[in-house]
Amino acid sequence: MVSDKRSKQKSKYTLDRQIPGAFEGETVTRRRFMTGTAHTAGAIAASAFALPALGFAIGPIFKSTPAHWEPVGPEGMFSDTNYVPVVMTVAPSIGEAGKTTVYVRKFNPEIDTDPYDKDTPYIAISSRCAHLGCPVRWVDAAERFICPCHGGVYDLLGRRVGGPPVRPLDRFYTRIKAGSVEVGPRFSVNSELRRFSPRDPGEPVDGIGQYLYPSRPGAQKL
Amino acid sequence: MPKLPKLPAPPLPPPLREPPPRPGESNGKGGPIEEAKAAGINVVDWVDERTSLSGAGRWLMFRKVPKGTNWFYTLGSATMFAFLSQAVTGVFLAMYYRPDPAGGAYESIRYVTNDVFLGQFVRGMHKWGSSVMVILIFLHMGRTFFFGAYKYPRELNWVIGVVLLILTMTMSFTGYLLPFDQRAYWATIVGVNINGTGPLLGPYLSDFLRGGSEFGATTLSRFYAIHMLLVPGALAALIGAHLYLVAKLGTTAPPWQKAEKRSELREAEV
Repeated sequence: MVSDKRSKQKSKYTLDRQIPGAFEGETVTRRRFMTGTAHTAGAIAASAFALPALGFAIGPIFKSTPAHWEPVGPEGMFSDTNYVPVVMTVAPSIGEAGKTTVYVRKFNPEIDTDPYDKDTPYIAISSRCAHLGCPVRWVDAAERFICPCHGGVYDLLGRRVGGPPVRPLDRFYTRIKAGSVEVGPRFSVNSELRRFSPRDPGEPVDGIGQYLYPSRPGAQKL
Repeated sequence: MPKLPKLPAPPLPPPLREPPPRPGESNGKGGPIEEAKAAGINVVDWVDERTSLSGAGRWLMFRKVPKGTNWFYTLGSATMFAFLSQAVTGVFLAMYYRPDPAGGAYESIRYVTNDVFLGQFVRGMHKWGSSVMVILIFLHMGRTFFFGAYKYPRELNWVIGVVLLILTMTMSFTGYLLPFDQRAYWATIVGVNINGTGPLLGPYLSDFLRGGSEFGATTLSRFYAIHMLLVPGALAALIGAHLYLVAKLGTTAPPWQKAEKRSELREAEV
């Protein structure tokens, strides 16, 4: 039996509510059932086009790009004291807009003393400024990378020495194949040159930054 | 036999008389100008009889406005006309534009600017009009703010207006890339990366805008689709909602306008 409190409310059974055509044990009226069915059908129809369209639009976020290695020149072309700019393609099939400059230098145990660098045959530093992505250039006289947009300045190892950048310049993996130097996937480094999955410019990877700015789901984890 | 004068016909009983012309119907007595006028009225009447749009039109256009309404109250309409100008010039620019990042986009803009009849003029209208629209929005927003016109019951209209401002900024941002010259490319790189500096969601927003981890083959078409399909649709719909609320709630008097006291109250005070 229902309690006194419950019995004051409307019964959930349609039979008790004196609805014509109600039958024993029925709780949902046919009108309500019909309304619910129509709403559900509408929701299914709407999601049938909305969900694929949404997935189509945000799909590229989750796409992983295969590692791309590009030969940039013979081994003899690079010295271990200064950078040589080479051009490599980061986005295919869009012409000049898909190319970027990479500064390559032979590994030098006297300069590259950080433990993370010891297995790298060549140091390849991205010209993409870690502030907002403008192209930095290596200025020989100053021995600095300098960004034309907002005045970011980096030292020989790509570490920030001035201006607004939040982390050192990105780097690329390098390897030697058949006597030529190949430049591979990009990675980001923090101020101690510890390696991280590639981040976009403007995203710090020191301290809490590496969690506030997660790497993209499709990136190859380091 | 002399001819007798013809007597006037006796009046017909009402059921046999020719009915008078219905409203909007010519009885064949007017000239061609009358006929043309009647035809126009007929068409309007035909539509109105089936839609009742004239009532909505009167409701929208013939509103009471408070005393003290001045030129500052035209800034909203000015913004809307800037939008309409952008929409019309944009549609015609789209007939020439090619969102091809491998050189076609720049070439099509160069073609519009240098070779198409009035191309430089229409492109200039679109380019400078975008700045005009942003300036007008801020003036309109300032008018609303300083006149206190955002207060109850118009808060929702302020909110819609802010969304319209953000959408207009999105239009400016996405449209800036389309010429695909050096300035457009690098400004977009910087702009997308500024979006990326938002914590947690920023990196995903950058990837969504670029359609990938790098500025790639689909970035330009993505920006183009956002610029000419996604945002204009939302803008038009929200401008409709904004206007509806203006018509429904009416406009405010300027803050320096004092309420007029009724004469009997004034006498009572004295």
